[in-house]
Amino acid sequence: MHELSVCQGLLRQLVPWVEQHQGPLIQVRVRIGPLAGVEPGLLQAAFAIARQGTVAAQAELLIEHSPLRVRCNECEIESKVTANDLRCRHCGYQQTQLISGDELLLVSIQFSKESQHV
Amino acid sequence: MCDSCGCNITPGNQHLPQAGEAVEVLQGLLAENDHQAQHNRAHFDGHQVLTINLMSSPGSGKTALLEATIAQLKNRYRIAVIEGDLETENDAERIRAQGVAAIQITTGSACHLDAHMVHDALHKIDLDGIDLLFIENVGNLVCPASFDLGQHLNITLLSTTEGDDKPAKYPLIFRAADLVLLNKVDLLPLLDDFDPSKAEQNLRNLASDAPMLSLSARKGQGMSAWFDWLEKTLAQQLNNSPEVATVAHHHSHHG
Repeated sequence: MHELSVCQGLLRQLVPWVEQHQGPLIQVRVRIGPLAGVEPGLLQAAFAIARQGTVAAQAELLIEHSPLRVRCNECEIESKVTANDLRCRHCGYQQTQLISGDELLLVSIQFSKESQHV
Repeated sequence: MCDSCGCNITPGNQHLPQAGEAVEVLQGLLAENDHQAQHNRAHFDGHQVLTINLMSSPGSGKTALLEATIAQLKNRYRIAVIEGDLETENDAERIRAQGVAAIQITTGSACHLDAHMVHDALHKIDLDGIDLLFIENVGNLVCPASFDLGQHLNITLLSTTEGDDKPAKYPLIFRAADLVLLNKVDLLPLLDDFDPSKAEQNLRNLASDAPMLSLSARKGQGMSAWFDWLEKTLAQQLNNSPEVATVAHHHSHHG
């Protein structure tokens, strides 16, 4: 269960952004691929615990899922694949390049219109 | 200045993003760890040390492999080991009995090593005094795969008692491997449900072209191919460290 470590890293990462903006942070959007090594459900659960007392205490975590896609080194056609079978779906070639699916990305953050500052 | 870390926001323009709007960040979630890992890698390169991260499930024979490897190579190369475990100094003591330095990291409840833990351990190692550093990660086929430690190469160990479908079940850690070692092959005659060719096919299905070598660290079977691989890789690092350093980048995350 390394999702808690990932979450704690995320919360530290948010600090400089929050310091540069007005209003409470209300939403954190991340993108996770099937080969990112992070389980979205566990990350969501870890975030609910880890955000307490941090700059993201009032923020919800929104998780975008990215598809698993490869490009074949032989026929160069792109296919949608599964995490344990990355072979080309068109010609069956073994060597492919991952073009999407291992993202573990902080995409954007959103602040409330209601300002903390007077 | 860049658009990813916030350094482009100055006192003069910080009022510009309107409250209520989404602010684009597009930064890796492991940026903090990855930054530390780059720093560790620069240390290794600066001291011409080849660093190998050894990963597997608990009980696959990581420490036994290191014991046999150190016994064979310690007269020709200066070796040190960082040991990661939740508790105990047992593995570090086994390595020290081979006559080389071992630093034990006890992670408590953490299921993996991260770049910061490795950096702390580096303060206890004289990098000028070694050629080869092994990092024996916490026995776990899931979490260690997500954290770059600054190593040059990953080795994932699979033992015959675990099942030949492990690469299909844990694709991340086997995809990350630059070399896969199939250990405990001396037990194959007793195991009717482990087929090495199936294990290799499951690895190839992950679009991995990493070599897979069969050996038994305890019985000394098949060890020469492993020593050859290691010595070839060491020669590369000593002659041409930047080239080895780029190999690890191959496995960095997209985005």
